[in-house]
Amino acid sequence: MSKINELFTNKLNVINVGIENFRDDLLKQNANVTHLEWTPPGRGNPELIAALDKLEDPSVTDKIEAANKEAVERIINSQPVLIGFDQAINVVPGMTKNTILHAGPPITWERMNGPMKGAVTGAIVFEGLAPNIEEAAVLAASGEIVFSPCHEHNCVGSMAGVTSASMFMHIVENKTYGNIAYTNLSEQMSKILRMGANDESVIQRLIWMRDVLGPILRDAMKLNPNGIDLRLMLSQALHMGDECHNRNVAGTTLLIQALTPYIIQTNFTVEQKKEVFEFVSSSDYFSGPTWMALCKCALDAAHGIENSTIVTTMARNGVEFGIRVSGIAGNVWFTGPAQQVIGPMFAGYKPEDSGLDIGDSAITETYGIGGFAMATAPAIVSLVGGTVDDAISYTTKMAEITTTENPNVTIPMLDFIGIPTGIDIQKVIQTGIMPIINTAIAHKDAGIGMIGAGIVNPPIEAFEQALLALSENIK
Amino acid sequence: MTVQVLVKPNTYIDSVSLMSLSTKANQIEIVEQAIIAMGTEMNKEVIRNVGLMTPEVESAKTSDLVIIVKAASEELCEGAFESINELLTKKKDSSKGKSEVKYSTITSAVNGTPEANLAIIAVNGSYAPREARKALENNLHVMLFSDNVSIEDEIELKTLAQEKGLLMMGPDCGTAIIGNVALCFANAVRKGNIGIVGASGTGSQEVTVRIHEFGGGITQLIGTGGRDLSEEVGGIMMLAGIKALEEDDATKVIVLVSKPPAPSVEEKVLAQIKQCKKPVVVWFVGGNEEKVTQAGGHFAKMSKEAALKAVLLAGADESKLNKRTLNLPLIEEVRAKLKPQQKYIRGLFSGGTLCDEAMHIAMEKFDNVYSNIQREPEYRLKDVRVSQDHTFIDFGDDQFTQGKPHPMIDPSTRIERFIQEAKDPSVGVIVMDFVLGFGAHEDPVGAMLPAIIEAKQAAEDEGRHLEIIGYILGTELDSQNIEGQINKLLASGATHASSSQNAGLLAREFVVKGE
Repeated sequence: MSKINELFTNKLNVINVGIENFRDDLLKQNANVTHLEWTPPGRGNPELIAALDKLEDPSVTDKIEAANKEAVERIINSQPVLIGFDQAINVVPGMTKNTILHAGPPITWERMNGPMKGAVTGAIVFEGLAPNIEEAAVLAASGEIVFSPCHEHNCVGSMAGVTSASMFMHIVENKTYGNIAYTNLSEQMSKILRMGANDESVIQRLIWMRDVLGPILRDAMKLNPNGIDLRLMLSQALHMGDECHNRNVAGTTLLIQALTPYIIQTNFTVEQKKEVFEFVSSSDYFSGPTWMALCKCALDAAHGIENSTIVTTMARNGVEFGIRVSGIAGNVWFTGPAQQVIGPMFAGYKPEDSGLDIGDSAITETYGIGGFAMATAPAIVSLVGGTVDDAISYTTKMAEITTTENPNVTIPMLDFIGIPTGIDIQKVIQTGIMPIINTAIAHKDAGIGMIGAGIVNPPIEAFEQALLALSENIK
Repeated sequence: MTVQVLVKPNTYIDSVSLMSLSTKANQIEIVEQAIIAMGTEMNKEVIRNVGLMTPEVESAKTSDLVIIVKAASEELCEGAFESINELLTKKKDSSKGKSEVKYSTITSAVNGTPEANLAIIAVNGSYAPREARKALENNLHVMLFSDNVSIEDEIELKTLAQEKGLLMMGPDCGTAIIGNVALCFANAVRKGNIGIVGASGTGSQEVTVRIHEFGGGITQLIGTGGRDLSEEVGGIMMLAGIKALEEDDATKVIVLVSKPPAPSVEEKVLAQIKQCKKPVVVWFVGGNEEKVTQAGGHFAKMSKEAALKAVLLAGADESKLNKRTLNLPLIEEVRAKLKPQQKYIRGLFSGGTLCDEAMHIAMEKFDNVYSNIQREPEYRLKDVRVSQDHTFIDFGDDQFTQGKPHPMIDPSTRIERFIQEAKDPSVGVIVMDFVLGFGAHEDPVGAMLPAIIEAKQAAEDEGRHLEIIGYILGTELDSQNIEGQINKLLASGATHASSSQNAGLLAREFVVKGE
């Protein structure tokens, strides 16, 4: 039977695009209808539509699909394992005594926002390069400090992302593809360097982390011959109700549980070990950076695949939001203005106090957790509008702009569907749906710290530029 | 017995899910025993205890998924692996249960609802071809409601549809009935044995409504879009539609509705009619009888005639039909009321084909008939805002719909024009259509009513009779309540015509002078 004659005999099942009344009339007649939440592709910009058309030409589509398939397979098959801790100067590629890494795409001292300037000056004092914050600011402006994005050194940094030579780093190795990713240790608490605070208490904590916490973790992991399989642990944490960007309760417990047998075997005093455990239990964020390094490690393995339209980095420096895409190798950033994060704030603060979106932590959403996995963390739905349904719809919505689901990291509430994986630039521009990021809010001024948390979307401009570049680049 | 092992490296499934998967796997008929587990030491111990350990399992890592199947033969093991793989992926289907999933693209909607078989596309014309192409690529039949789509895009889309064996209705297609479901603008009509392929929206609606009134019914109404029978498009969808209806067991008679096709296309259509095993009624507004008859088709000059021929061919008993012939005494009466200078008809239509039909009926007796949709340039209105002699206006035409909803939804433009025409002392008759059905205004007569009452009163005050004819396109099944619409119209002092054809004939006859 021809397809047209099949249509005559089968029950009508319509996809309705555009006028909503047509849907209502079909429902009155007991037909099945799916009404699309449709918006003009590329916001109706003819240049972008032409680029989409070019990428959707059958001869091109096949290449892109193959490239994207490889990219997401690499993300999914990556097996990031925590293999140790060490100081940045010893392990991070390109690190020097006067280098300061920061979050997001490249930025100069002059253009940095309050929290990042606060963190940079704090780090300069911590490194002993200047005696106080005022002189640190002078040094930062002098050109003697090298500023560079974490991402361009195989690193990711929370919030301001400020990472200096003597800070201790996670070392995460991708057992499948061999690449390594690094990230700083969590400072816990809210009045901390990465949020822009830099007073004496902040510096003292950094010193303790350098002299006690870091070395204990380093020595502990030296006793662990196999490392810690982070992806396995991440899967468990998701099943325990973390989305592993803003909620890290379960993940922190699992991580410290895995570290404890080794920590207690190190040659430090019981008092020092106790300090470590108390520090970890002082907030739930201890494993936050760990997941970021896992995500970075997996996504780096998928970067630089010719013709791939998959996003491999989303990061913000507090002024600009930048992305990198797999099909354009190296450190080519597509940027747009950083947005304001909307969400609940600590008592006493108002939205106008908040600094713009900042940090490399959007690497978690790039991988498919955080805002993308909200459905798995009903405990923190207040971040995204309040209801469990909202949380679920955030996750199902993200499946519209991603390539596949990661079968290795699943969401119980959605019948063990894998996390949405592989943000596809084409789908973002086609649908106008922006990735959803849940993140912390730092005060706009230096020296204060965290004042809330909420959700934010990237600026669409970054994705539009990336699409145009991809359409020109396509082979 | 054969034991086979499949190790999926780096694949994590949590232990609870694995237990339920294992249970299901063991229920597969051909499976003697199955284990699905991560390659942990503990699981290996279990596997050892049940005697299914192999070197492959031994070397599996904690992060590897191990599937072990014991079955009667190697072949059966393979089959079991397939079934287990299905179990591993199947869980995804049920997850879309309770909360309604919202899709933003056709592709994701099709992935989510694989039963989808048709897309209605009603977005701005500059985006519409892209969406239609996506729908076709996803094997959906398409009803492309949007206008302002280029003929190049139309040809490309219809060619693609033809290659894929799909319907591509439109662009600018407002009417279809598929499997007794009305799409966009269509009337609620009985199910029956007459199939229609229509390049004219309201023309097709009129034929379905008349068939319904004659007691007949519809199998399918396939809208092709107005340009389908142009030289460039070549009638791709009308030809495909005829073929499909010919192969459709439920369809006994086929009706074609269109404006006259381009000559080369007409030839193709007639050639197909000649070969068609089923009777074909052809109503091409202003068409040529001889050619149709030669091709073995049944020619209809007007809409009601087309419907009548169709129901008779479909088996209706002619003696039992109410054909609603013209009210001749009424014609005499109205002629007597109109002054000698009240010579002209003004047709104000929301339906394009209804306008065309009334205009062609007028053209049979008058040669000064003007319109915004006249084919002859010399009879096309120079300024669509100014009427001239006999004037028929299709308010659904592009000049009136730029940035506005169709007059079948928004009657405001037509009301303004009506007030203007009613003041013209050379006007004898104003004829209007009121379209009911899905998609249409909920009370089209009511919207026009105050203007009609006021105009009639004003004319009377000036000592002239203003004749207003209203035709209401609809059935008693339509939601607007056709009885109520007719009553409202009659209460205003207007004349009610029982069909599009009769509306045209009455309007013409009322203003004929000196016969």
